Amino acid sequence: MGLLSDPNRRKALTGLLTRLNTPICIVCYLAGIVWFMGLAFEPFTLRTYMSENAMGSTMVEERFSSGERALSLAKEFDAHKRKAGGMPVEWLVKAMQSRGLEVFTQSFSRKLPFPDENKERYMVRGTNVYGILRAPRAPRTEALVITAPCSPGNTNNQAVALLLALAQYFRNQIYWAKDIIFLVNEHDLIGTQAWLEGYHHTNITGMEYSPLQGRAGSIQAALSLELSSDVITSLDLVLEGLNGQLPNLDLANLFYAFCQKLGVLCTIQGKLQRNDWDTAEGYTHAAQTMMLMVLKQACGRSWGDHGLFLRYHIEAASVRGINSFRHYKTDATTIGRLLEGMVRKLNNLLERLHQSYFFYLLPSLSRFVSIGYYMPAFGLLAVILLLRALDLWVHLGAPALAAVDGVTEAEQPSSPGVLTVLTPVVISHLTGVALYLLPVHLQEMAVEHFPVSETEAVVLTAIAIYTAGLALPHNTQRALYAVVMVLLSPAFTILYCVFIYQELIEAPVSVSEGWMLFLSVISQGILDHALYGSLVYPLLALFIYPCWLMFWNILFWN
Amino acid sequence: MSHDLLQMHLKAVISCLVIVLYKVHTTKAGQFFSSGHTNNWAVLVCTSRFWFNYRHVANTLSVYRSVKRLGIPDSHIVLMLADDMACNYRNPKPATVFSHKNMELNVYGDDVEVDYRGYEVTVENFLRVLTGRLPPSTPRSKRLLSDDRSNILIYLTGHGGNGFLKFQDSEEISNMELADAFEQMWQKRRYNELLFIIDTCQGASMYERFYSPNLMALASSQVGEDSLSHQPDLGIGVHLMDKYTFYLLEFLEEVHPASQANMNDLFKVCPQSQCVSTPGHRTDLFQRDPGSVLITDFFGSVRKVEITKDTINLTSPVEPPIKRSGSSDIQIESLTYVDQLPVAEIIHQKPKQKDWHPPDGFILGLWTLILLVFFQTYGIKHLKHIF
Repeated sequence: MGLLSDPNRRKALTGLLTRLNTPICIVCYLAGIVWFMGLAFEPFTLRTYMSENAMGSTMVEERFSSGERALSLAKEFDAHKRKAGGMPVEWLVKAMQSRGLEVFTQSFSRKLPFPDENKERYMVRGTNVYGILRAPRAPRTEALVITAPCSPGNTNNQAVALLLALAQYFRNQIYWAKDIIFLVNEHDLIGTQAWLEGYHHTNITGMEYSPLQGRAGSIQAALSLELSSDVITSLDLVLEGLNGQLPNLDLANLFYAFCQKLGVLCTIQGKLQRNDWDTAEGYTHAAQTMMLMVLKQACGRSWGDHGLFLRYHIEAASVRGINSFRHYKTDATTIGRLLEGMVRKLNNLLERLHQSYFFYLLPSLSRFVSIGYYMPAFGLLAVILLLRALDLWVHLGAPALAAVDGVTEAEQPSSPGVLTVLTPVVISHLTGVALYLLPVHLQEMAVEHFPVSETEAVVLTAIAIYTAGLALPHNTQRALYAVVMVLLSPAFTILYCVFIYQELIEAPVSVSEGWMLFLSVISQGILDHALYGSLVYPLLALFIYPCWLMFWNILFWN
Repeated sequence: MSHDLLQMHLKAVISCLVIVLYKVHTTKAGQFFSSGHTNNWAVLVCTSRFWFNYRHVANTLSVYRSVKRLGIPDSHIVLMLADDMACNYRNPKPATVFSHKNMELNVYGDDVEVDYRGYEVTVENFLRVLTGRLPPSTPRSKRLLSDDRSNILIYLTGHGGNGFLKFQDSEEISNMELADAFEQMWQKRRYNELLFIIDTCQGASMYERFYSPNLMALASSQVGEDSLSHQPDLGIGVHLMDKYTFYLLEFLEEVHPASQANMNDLFKVCPQSQCVSTPGHRTDLFQRDPGSVLITDFFGSVRKVEITKDTINLTSPVEPPIKRSGSSDIQIESLTYVDQLPVAEIIHQKPKQKDWHPPDGFILGLWTLILLVFFQTYGIKHLKHIF
């Protein structure tokens, strides 16, 4: 007889399951955590390598030389930006036209659901300017995008200037097989979202935009530049996009390969790679980098202008120049060469990047952990749920297992009615729906009655609904469990993550600052969902919070 | 008496001289046709496409260049290139294909004639070219119009493996198919001798299965080894040539039409120290000694000139090559065109059926005589039955 169909063996198995359930669950949990943290240990990771055959190695000769001209152009751009009080559209159009590109503009507008206090905007109106460099001999079927944001103040002037210098240099080359689009977007992510929606004829987020007059074919890859100073000491690669989506690992490999070829210091998560993997500091450094990547992916927000491209299956990454006052400096010409090399290699592509991994974690730029290695950790955590469920099922199916002193109590537990089970489920989910919908809709009412701004109203409404869900008849005997449950609730998890994140980026905050950050995280999450379609806030409000509420209900079941 | 002796001496000397001269002449003439071929063909195939396989096109074009330089005309070369590198959008120097870095040598040249280009290079087309089974509408430039006195050079390059060669990233030709194609060529008398050169990974596996006579094969690497590419050019951004063909090209650049370099020198091209892989060759099916086979027998198209002081009868072309009146020293077998190859010695074959010819004059006359005698004997009235 089979293992499960033989009643004796089955009884033995289920007995084992029920007896050893808690120890196995604890072991699984610890094993999952240890496995995951062990992934940052260098011998358990693999060295990155280029998977795409068409891209090959870095054997091109970079000849870009107008770095200085780019820096003087940056000053000119800054002056025009100040004069225009925003994006100097006419100057940009003329600059791109004089470089031989086909220039088009796109205007867009968006009313945010509530004012964004981090970036101080509510009613956003802007213009994107983009120029297309047509490939001299190729049909217009494919394109590459290089984008630089036009930010207020002193930021990203050098990025736009380098973009224009590259455009001028690229225009003189004849080896382009794809069109290259140089995009300068206003209002960072909102502008990029408007441009992408216009390019692909979609309307996911309710943005109003004018249709694009010029188009170049399907976009194969995109690079976003962020340079804010004349002198750069290192380049940071930002990969995390909307909803935690990552570009193909080959793009990161390409960046790293060119960094090594040109001798530029390259970092990821702002951290420089260390050589001493066998020491405790080396390991913690790698673990910190990996955990930063996990946290950044978990918050679902796009950490660079590139993040919105990923949704359209366009592999994109952001390159951010950092000036950290090191001794070794890189000039703009070298950065231009790095970008030239990368774009030239992307030009060789015959298909979209698909050979390398799409799901990975990077403890450093030269080492990666693929999904096949980090999924078992989550699998171990999921096994706990399965074991618990089996345990409950076994107990439900065999109430006579509880034998006391040989006298079996043939007790028939009254099976609960459907209504008594359904009511908490429905109430939990309704509370979740309320948490999702009400904060934004009730902000006017809240502003009328309380002396708070709209953003604060939204956030406080969310917190209010959250705590209102906890209002259940409870007995003080289970106070300890109640406190533990509250401390493990989603809101507190977010709070811990905020503090952990600040620790990891080496900018620890005090409790009050952390609390303010936590509130802004909530408002940003709601905004991201409304503006770009990030899924973290609905996930938390509609799935995780009701599940936690149901646990809370079960805890205080009478 | 002494006068007679003198005359006899003179006659002996003269006849000796004649015989000696004749012997010299005939050994030269024997040598003249001992190589056996009268025309040369080349089939040069590059089987891979895409920009990063630039080196395969450069390989094929460098062999094409050498072969043309040594005298084989475009009409006798079937050049098959699976992709166009010279006009590829990614080529920073359009209309050129370089074989040496720093753009020293442009093997594309000014007068390349590509017969099969792009997607026309398929396994089916390649085998049809070899075996001659082409549709009637195929133009002459796409046909291998060789005969049984042709020496053919076949050069293949691309990506390969153990027993196969990849065409166009979508299909493969196996070594058995190639061996069978060569056997078909042999049976259809489409070659005199064939030199097969292949530059791919594990190239030696492609000639393992050959079984037809008069085949010599060279490969750039043994089974289990990879053939490596030579140098990248940073301006163009790709590898320009494969190591084996690079050194083959350098060797061929030294060969001129009158060169006496033979196959043993070709076997020494690119030893393992230079090529990293071990080039291999196969000569067991070849009838002549490789040391006596000139490079120009396959790579060039050498027209030999024979100077003669006697008149030669050119009216009957099927006569034996040299006819000396009165000399029966060396018996040259009178061969018909089809039987010039000593086939019966190599494979056992049934003799071909002779076509039926209508009776010629003598036989007609004989039969008329017989009929007349018959009717005369048996009476003329029987003639009435005929007329």
